[in-house]
Amino acid sequence: MTGLNWPGIRAIFHHEMMRFFRTIWQSLASPVLSTVLYFVVFGAAIGGRIQSVEGVEYAAFIVPGLMMLTVLQQAVSNASFGIYFPKFSGTIYEYLVSPVGWIEVTMGFVGAAAAKAILIALVILLTSFAFVGVHILHPFWMVGFLVLSSVAFSLLGFIIGLWAKSFEQLQIVPMMVIMPLVFLGGAFYSASMLPPFWEGVAKLNPVLYLISGFRWSFFGLADVPVGVSLVAVGIMVIVCLAIIRRIFATGWRLRD
Amino acid sequence: MAAIIDIDHLSKQYGSGTKALDDVTLTIDEGEIIALLGPNGAGKTTLISIICGLVTPTGGTVRVGGHDIRTDWRAARKLIGLVPQEIALEPFEKVINCVRFTRGLYGMPPNEAYIERILRALALWDKRDAATRELSGGMKRRVLIAKALSHEPKVLFLDEPTAGVDVALRREMWEVVGDLRREGVTIILTTHYLEEAEEMADRIGVIAKGRLLLVKPTAELMGDFGKKTLAIDLDQPLAVIPDDLAGRGLTLAADGRRLSFEYDTRAERTGIARLLGDLAARGITVRDVSTRQSSLEDVFLSLVSEDAA
Repeated sequence: MTGLNWPGIRAIFHHEMMRFFRTIWQSLASPVLSTVLYFVVFGAAIGGRIQSVEGVEYAAFIVPGLMMLTVLQQAVSNASFGIYFPKFSGTIYEYLVSPVGWIEVTMGFVGAAAAKAILIALVILLTSFAFVGVHILHPFWMVGFLVLSSVAFSLLGFIIGLWAKSFEQLQIVPMMVIMPLVFLGGAFYSASMLPPFWEGVAKLNPVLYLISGFRWSFFGLADVPVGVSLVAVGIMVIVCLAIIRRIFATGWRLRD
Repeated sequence: MAAIIDIDHLSKQYGSGTKALDDVTLTIDEGEIIALLGPNGAGKTTLISIICGLVTPTGGTVRVGGHDIRTDWRAARKLIGLVPQEIALEPFEKVINCVRFTRGLYGMPPNEAYIERILRALALWDKRDAATRELSGGMKRRVLIAKALSHEPKVLFLDEPTAGVDVALRREMWEVVGDLRREGVTIILTTHYLEEAEEMADRIGVIAKGRLLLVKPTAELMGDFGKKTLAIDLDQPLAVIPDDLAGRGLTLAADGRRLSFEYDTRAERTGIARLLGDLAARGITVRDVSTRQSSLEDVFLSLVSEDAA
């Protein structure tokens, strides 16, 4: 890794983070407000009917799902916007003519998008403490799943940003794909609460593995074995990296 | 002087079969300014884009500072700064941060003193904290130059640096290029403005239909192709050119008040003294004389038409 242009990676990372900090209050206000609303609707209203899930208070049970929902949304939108904006403004040429390769560009943009997503997720966790007592059983694994999930979905967002030709396309994948996957991935319920057929279908959803592993780090409860969750995230990271490498090698949607 | 760029049989053919660049070979020496002239679609920007890494060639090689642009691209790109044709800047970013960012992208450690020097040289220091969207078109173009110079490149590519800018700004750009020349930066510029090439370049390359038709020192090119015209304004109008003066390449203006005489500057005898003497001998009084050098436009058109023929 010594051949990498580390100052180049740092420049991209710093540039992206500065953009985040320029609008820090807008960046934080929206997810915090959404979390409060989720707690009101799911925690208070529905939680009143579902007292507990597998021995965990329902309001606490949804905390990992809420964090994961925010992480995936933020990771995808930050990474996709991050690389799409230079394409839109024309400054993408700088990345193509400078001595940075696909690894440096990916590390800079994806690293920044993942860092932003993790920061917001931690703010959500702090917000949730105001509503419910949450005990984290495996804090090390919690951080590990948080980082892995943020990176995996930032990579996916990065691909979306490379692919997109318009702001509409930039919005459509997060809205039409990510949101449904998260909602159907057990963010607000355990897959074991579903009828057997739908439980089987739910297990085709990659997000289920992320939420399951993340929830396990909080409560020791999982819909699928933790090892399977880790392998699923690992596969997603490898596939995304292979796609990004291919896009940069061919110059698809990047250069003439 | 040592060669800084070595282009060898470079070609670019698109999938559609269009040849954007056809077997171009060119060596550019360190510290020189070379202008690439040609009409739209001639291949100028393709040539620059290949050297800078924006377009992949289909044949040939390019070495920058001895580094192959494909196999040793990191080292080659570190030596190059590019000012693109289109103004492309992050609208909400401060000028100084834009320049710092580019320097970092090229793997250079921070150097605030150097950044201050280039911003001052480009008259941007007072605007360093302004967002780029607040700047005028000329200032934006200077920010692009500052970014391209931020990593202390040895070679600067200026792709149509004065396209679409007014006359005052064009002059301003020429001054900036003059300053860079004094600092020893090698400059390759493309332009539509023939006056610009004539004004700034040490050598001129003419490109048409992807082929480099010729490359010559500017003065030599003008000498080779340049004709001068002597305009003789007459005190009294002439109805026709006197018979004994016909056949000397003289033309008479429609109002009869101006005789034009085309001559070769390289000839041993231009024939000017003899002509003026003959006019005086015939009682034709000369009111004023002036000369006009044929412009690069004339040269360019003659080259392109020769190539087409």
